[in-house]
Parts: sequence; structure tokens; C-alpha cells
Amino acid sequence: MTGKTLYDKLWDAHVVRTEPDGTTLIYIDRHLVHEVTSPQAFEGLRLAGRKPWRAASVLAVPDHNVPTKGLEHGVTDPVSRLQIETLDENCAEHGITEFKMNDVRQGIVHVIGPEQGATLPGMTVVCGDSHTSTHGAFAALAQGIGTSEVEHVLATQCLLQKKAKNMRIRVDGAPAPGITAKDIVLAIIGRIGTAGGTGYAIEYAGSAIRALSMEGRMTVCNMSIEAGARCGMMAVDDTTLAYLKDRPYAPKGALWKQAVAAWRELKSDDDAVFDKEVRLNAAEIRPHVTWGTSPEMVTTIDGRVPDPAQETDAVKRGGMERALSYMGLKPGAAITGIALDKIFIGSCTNARIEDLRAAAQIVRGKKVARNIKLAMVVPGSGLVKQQAEKESLDKIFIEAGFEWRAPGCSMCLAMNADRLEPGERCASTSNRNFEGRQGQGGRTHLVSPAMAAAAAVAGHFVDVTKLQVTSSK
Amino acid sequence: MEKFTTLKGLVAPLDRANVDTDAIIPKQFLKSIKRTGFGPNLFDEWRYLDHGEPGMDNSLRPLNPDFVLNQPRYRGAGILLARGNFGCGSSREHAPWALQDYGFRALIAPGFADIFYNNCFKNGLLPIVLDGNVVDRLFKEVEAAPGYALIVDLAAQRITTPSGEILPFEVDAFRKHCLLNGLDDIGLTLQHRDDIKAYEARRRMEAPWLFT
Repeated sequence: MTGKTLYDKLWDAHVVRTEPDGTTLIYIDRHLVHEVTSPQAFEGLRLAGRKPWRAASVLAVPDHNVPTKGLEHGVTDPVSRLQIETLDENCAEHGITEFKMNDVRQGIVHVIGPEQGATLPGMTVVCGDSHTSTHGAFAALAQGIGTSEVEHVLATQCLLQKKAKNMRIRVDGAPAPGITAKDIVLAIIGRIGTAGGTGYAIEYAGSAIRALSMEGRMTVCNMSIEAGARCGMMAVDDTTLAYLKDRPYAPKGALWKQAVAAWRELKSDDDAVFDKEVRLNAAEIRPHVTWGTSPEMVTTIDGRVPDPAQETDAVKRGGMERALSYMGLKPGAAITGIALDKIFIGSCTNARIEDLRAAAQIVRGKKVARNIKLAMVVPGSGLVKQQAEKESLDKIFIEAGFEWRAPGCSMCLAMNADRLEPGERCASTSNRNFEGRQGQGGRTHLVSPAMAAAAAVAGHFVDVTKLQVTSSK
Repeated sequence: MEKFTTLKGLVAPLDRANVDTDAIIPKQFLKSIKRTGFGPNLFDEWRYLDHGEPGMDNSLRPLNPDFVLNQPRYRGAGILLARGNFGCGSSREHAPWALQDYGFRALIAPGFADIFYNNCFKNGLLPIVLDGNVVDRLFKEVEAAPGYALIVDLAAQRITTPSGEILPFEVDAFRKHCLLNGLDDIGLTLQHRDDIKAYEARRRMEAPWLFT
């Protein structure tokens, strides 16, 4: 018999029962909830006279709608306010822990779960949000679910699904200085495409992945969904354990030791077989920038906007033509020649402390270029913000001309007041460059925090690996 | 959930790949705390010429005449013909709610994004995967023949074209059973309450740190 993959192990440990066609009830250990995809689920429970199966497994936080400035006025948009108040009421009614808007622990749901140690190795984690894949960095089986499934998990503590296939993506070698986890994951998406991971659970492996910090690993797992995979994951190692130790929700004392012994097994067996294997050489990865309206429409900073005329597939060619027209770009244009209007550093992909440090290091002592109308930093949580302020990163950003905001999803999806106006072009550290994602008619280029910071200073994209950076030491 | 058995539906073609859930239902409409009423804002940014916000009277808004669903020949369509990776992006179930509310009951594409595919079944909406070449051909047939309709028979797992051609399709047995009978997943799962409790008791022993 061949060995098991990490995904096989996580799956097997959570099977409650299996139907003849393979449809399986899997038990859910952690359920993260936010205000946008939960109200209809709680309403469904109420209509059916049901209660949450295990309220203690649920952790809730408002993030999508929350304003990032003027918090002293509360949420002024009445529709957003109703959604946040509905979450407060639902949590209060069912005894669910919620980090409310005035709580320093409030932030983007995928930032606060790991930050609190509420995401642990070996867990099944769900949330009504596709970027739940983030939590796979902790060797958890973490998946985004729809609202009907949110209701199903609340009521039964289980999820009904069929097992996915196994894919391993190995990234080996040492990336050049200035190349980040974001560049690695954009390179992966460029390689396999936005549907490349459909039907698969992805495991990321290789020396370049092992060398990443937990925050970098979260960035990679976060964008698994942009490669089509519902979940992405990585094995447990010392980096994982060091990150989790003493976090508020992590086990303590004897229980910690017992847990660690179990967690050490959370890796694919040497003889495990994957349905698909992909390999990348980290040494070849350059800073990445998306040029189109799908994350797979990506090239490197040395690259040029591609020419649809060179594409033989008619559907793809049509997609490229539409993307270039929407993005206001010409075939053959140099990426470094693309001038920007706004800069967004934030989102569940890149709003953790290391992301802010990387960006601050680039802008230290410099000024945002005059053509940039707005450059903003939105920390991933209240605690990230607090830490950044302790390190005076806020001062570096403010002195350079950035706005320093309060935590939330913000302009990643523009559900609050932070958005692009039609035709505005943005260097964004978020995860989606879809049409209208950051505001109707807005044009998004996905990049790493360092690349976004460098673009803010230059006013256009520049190669961050060629910059002279003032050391913070 | 509404049952799905057979459907004869006019087909509307949406000829672009990677249609994401932000395009299906833009974020400003996600602020609703209801499951219904999303239909008028389906494909909002493509369908109207102005910017849509919740609470607007959509019947007064200027339509984009170039958008396929605004063409009179596709009015009342019940089946959406689409390209690969349909429904990619966010997990928002508002996407299938909007498609359903608009009047679609079945979707045909060479592939769907996983979360979206799953969400459809929870709402009585049938996503059908057909080979890319077959989908290509259907796009040509729909374009050539106004009033082009397909008959979808879920029990028999087949589609009948106007020329009488039969196109078989795959669907999981469990999902098919739920859709044919309009069954509520939660009710079914709770029939296995004892299994869940037994699992929980075992797990509590093996991994007590998960239950603190």
C-alpha cells in the first residue's frame, strides 16, 4: 500500500460517514464567521428551529463592511450597519464569541484566526469566504464554503462533500532578494492557470516553501483559490510550532506537548502518490505583476503586455482582448511603463506585520509620487496595527504620504467606502484583479507589498530587486 | 429547496471564459441579509450602463443593448450556456441566488469553479459539465437558431437538442437524489446525529485540545 498525502491524513481523520457514491460527512473543528455570508444562514436556523451544534467552535468577526477611517462616527452606511448589527445579534443569541468592531483583536477573518491560534494543525477549518484556504499554511484542511454550507455546519458540525484529488506543487531553490511569497504564488497561478487546481487539494512543498515564514506561507495558501483549488496546505515543521506557541487559543502545558506529538505526523508520507505534480525553480522567479482581469493574466516586471493576436485559442484571445480594453493597455507595452493612480497595501493576502515591514522598508525616507492620488495601508487586524505602531511603521508611511487606516477587508473588494473610481489604476497587494472588483471600472494590478510600495514612490511599476533599500537596522 | 426533474428551457449564451462571481453579482448587493431579490442585479455591471446600488429602481436604469441577456431573443431564458471556469472567485452564494432569481434553472459549461458548483446544488440550480467541443457546437447552434431550447432530464442524465440529439451528462448520485426530491441537506445529515456524536466522543479522546 502506498503512503498517504497530508490531505489524505486530514481527510481520513475527519470522516464521520460515507455514502455509497463517495459523498462524505466530514467533521468541522473550527468555523469562522463574518457578516456578509452568515445572516441568511442564521435566519435559516431560526426558521427551522435549530441551534448551533457546537457554538464554542465558532469565532466571528465583522471585516468586509467595516470602515477604515472615521470609526468614531460608527458605520454610516445603513445597509452595512444592518449587516454588522445582524452579526452582533446572531452571535449574542447563540453564545458565539465575536471580536466586535471596537475590539483590538478585530480584523480580517483570515488574519485573526491564525493570530489568535484559533487555527491549529490537523483542524478542519471552514468559513463562508473563499480565502479560507489561507489557514492551510498550518497543515489544516481549510476550505471556503457557501452560505447554505455555513448553515449546514452551524446545525450539524459537518460538511457534506466528496474527496478532492491530490496535487503537489514543489518550489525548490533560493529566491533572489526582494522576491516574496506573493511572487511565488503569482508564478504558480501563471503556470497552472486559474482553473488548474479545480477539483484538487494542493500541497505546497519544496525548500523555497519550507524557507518561508508562516506569514509568507499564508500568502501562498491564501491564493490557492485563485488557482482554482478550494484548499491549499503545507506540512507542519518547527516554523509552524514556533508561530503557534503561546497564542491565546493554542493549547498550553501538557496539552501542548500532546498536540505537538500529533502534529509532527502532519506531512505527506515519503511514498505518497499525487494525482498531479508541478515543479517550479524559485531562483528563476522574478517580481510578478498582473496585467489583465484574471490572476492568471500575469507577467514579470521585465515583461510586456501580451498581444492577443499571438493567441491561437479563440476563447482565450477574446478574453485577452476584453481584458486589455478594460485595463486600458496596449499589446507590447512595458510593465515598468504603467503609471498608477492609487496604491492599496492590505487584504487577507498581504496585511500582516511582515508585509507592512517589507513595504515600510521601501518607502522609508521617501515620498509617494505626485501622480498617486491615494496610497493607503490597511493593517490586517487591530493587533497588527498595534504592533506596526510600536515599530513606528505608521510614521514611516504617513511621512511618505500614505494614509494609515483601521483594519478590515477595505479596497480588496470595495464593500466599504474604499474603492477605485472608473478608469483609476491601482497597484494592489490583494488577490483578485477581476473587472469591477475594487470599484466599477477600476483597474487592478496584483503585486507584492514591496512592489506596491516601490510603485507608490516611483508612480509606476519598478523592479524592487534593483532598488537600493535603506536598512532599518 | 425547489425540486429539479425535467426542464425545457430557452438557452442564452454567455461567450466568455472565467466569469467570476464578482461579475455575476457585484459586491454592493451582498449587503442584503436576505436570500431573494438578487435577480435584477445579476451581471449588473455588464447589463446596465449606469452604476447600480442597492435600493435603486432597476426598471428605470439604462440597459446595455450589447449585453446578451438584454437581447429580446433571449428573454425568458432558463438555461445559461457558458465557458470554462464559470463561477470562479468568491464563495458568495449570492451568485447562484441571483442566477436562480433571474430565472435560470440550469447552467451548461465545460467546467465550473468548485465552490460555485457546490453552491448551485444547494439551491435547485443544476450545473452541467459538457465536453468543450460539445459546448463549442452548442454556442454555434444557439447563435444560428432563435428560440433554441434544450430539454434537460435529470433523472435520465441527458439533454435533448432541438434536432433530437441526446447529450448525456454526469452528476453525483447523492446530489442528483437531493435535487430530484428537493431534499434539505441539513435534515438528511441530522438523521445521522448518532454518528456525529460518536465521532465527536472518539475525537475528544484522541485530540482533546480541539475541544477546550
